[in-house]
Amino acid sequence: MRGREPDSAIEARGVRKKYPSAAPEERSALDGFDLTVARGSVHGLLGPNGAGKTTAVRIMATLLDLDAGEARVAGYDVAREGRQVRRRIGLVGQYAAVDEELSGLQNLVMFGRLSRLSPRAARHRAEELLEQFGLAETGPKRISAYSGGMRRRLDLAAGLVVAPQILFVDEPTTGLDPAGRRDVWDAIRILVDGGTTVLLTTQYLEEADRFADRISMLAHGRVVADGTPAELKARVGSDWLEVLPRAEADIPRITKAVRRWASGDIRTVNGRVRVPVLDRTTSLLGAAAALQDAGIALDDLTVRTPTLDEVFIQLTGAAATDDTTPADDTQKVPA
Amino acid sequence: MTSRTVTHDRPIDRLRRALADTWTITLRELQHWRSRPGVIVFNWLFPVLTMGMFIGLLGGAIGAATGSSYVDFVMPGAFAMAMFFGLEATMTAVCTDASKGITDRFRSLPMSGFAVVAGRCTADMINSLVSLAVVVTAGLLFGWRPDASAPAIAAAFALLLLLRFAVLWIGVFIGLKATSQEAVAAVQIAVWPLLFLSGVFIDTATMPRWLRAIAEANPLSATATAARDLFGNPGFAGESWFAENAALLAVAWPILLVLVFLPLSAATYRHLRR
Repeated sequence: MRGREPDSAIEARGVRKKYPSAAPEERSALDGFDLTVARGSVHGLLGPNGAGKTTAVRIMATLLDLDAGEARVAGYDVAREGRQVRRRIGLVGQYAAVDEELSGLQNLVMFGRLSRLSPRAARHRAEELLEQFGLAETGPKRISAYSGGMRRRLDLAAGLVVAPQILFVDEPTTGLDPAGRRDVWDAIRILVDGGTTVLLTTQYLEEADRFADRISMLAHGRVVADGTPAELKARVGSDWLEVLPRAEADIPRITKAVRRWASGDIRTVNGRVRVPVLDRTTSLLGAAAALQDAGIALDDLTVRTPTLDEVFIQLTGAAATDDTTPADDTQKVPA
Repeated sequence: MTSRTVTHDRPIDRLRRALADTWTITLRELQHWRSRPGVIVFNWLFPVLTMGMFIGLLGGAIGAATGSSYVDFVMPGAFAMAMFFGLEATMTAVCTDASKGITDRFRSLPMSGFAVVAGRCTADMINSLVSLAVVVTAGLLFGWRPDASAPAIAAAFALLLLLRFAVLWIGVFIGLKATSQEAVAAVQIAVWPLLFLSGVFIDTATMPRWLRAIAEANPLSATATAARDLFGNPGFAGESWFAENAALLAVAWPILLVLVFLPLSAATYRHLRR
């Protein structure tokens, strides 16, 4: 019952979705959304609030109809073969809740039964999952009495009742301490090793950087960049020289003074001059000397290695406006 | 189903699964009772408390005016009230599931969509059966006695449960439509004038003519009046067309409500995908 064996776990082409009743600027939730997720990979879908992450996942989980385009999950069309899709996916996090008034055990047994396990198999699977997530003792207690960490682990277990081919995971580690995060990620890793594909939406870019094989960055309802974390970072230059002048009027002079160390376009973001460089120390020392010679007063001068945050600022800024100084609202990257 | 699908989805298999899923959802509701027994027991006792209050407040006045026992008059009305109160239970439960994301969980599982509602329906009917048993027991303790044949009594209970089935679909519809608990609270308040503007507790003949027509047209009045008749309990002679045809209306009103609100609920459930 593995179904068709497609090359990609998820394949979305030109997906559009509008909410006619929403405020004008929020009406278009997805606007030509494309996504390809390789089987057995962890794929991060990142973007600020309102970029369309939730809408995209809800469409792929068959919770929401798309207006135009096509999306296939596990090889099945979400619009026409929803039942087949639902048999192969699991949802973790905000996308689908558990019943707070039931115990963890009762929830897992219920989801198992509704996923077509026999009563005995559902019970067995529930106990197995509780054991695996260290919830064996709290299993019979009501979920409303669970701690945050126990709650997260139960959320994850609820998405795994039928060992899904594709798991949609949202913010799996919010509110967890480092040990708790590690436990959750260990569990996800075991799944991926077993062949499960994971689509991860998260606000923690760091976490995506560490765990995702590939990342798609979403802004204004479409994917603006796609690649491995390393590729994405390489797109914005290996390292940055960041110059913060005391007076913004000095920016053209700074640009001129540091141009010879730039390995790409010099950009100004939020009053900071960003100079992509190839060699960190040489360019820092050289630029520092050149700026001093030019007599430009600075508030700060640093070398930075790009993080996904910066990739994001640059890409979404570029996607929002063609200006080299993007508007302030495009700067808001998830914390 | 396309030829590419591997599953054997014969209609009989689908039906069997839909029934199994319905039972799973029903069981979930019954488990809720166990997880908060206080709430559920209070819900069962609430109609009894309301009824007791009315007997205490109005029993003397109305009993003296008619020369018959107010308890015998009011009990069938109280049964109808208990069924009508089921609206709030259904509505609140449906709204909570939708707003908390439980409904989305069910919709993401390969289960029967029919079962989500059918399970709720089964559980709520079981709940109302218990509720009815509690009010009937209380009525018997207060001195209420039916004076009719067994089939007539059975018919009266059937009409009461039919009313409950009808308000169930109103509850599902409002619960799915309500975007907040505040909206649910507003409906919970609106339940009271609907209850008072009927022949459940009082003789409609004492009302101004126009109000009386409205009260007698109330589906609650139809069921209460028809049940009184079937139980052989004293009622009041109505004068509007509605009062004269209470038995017919006690069947027609609920059927009409189901015909309106069941398709509306189904459409709203499907529209969650929009």
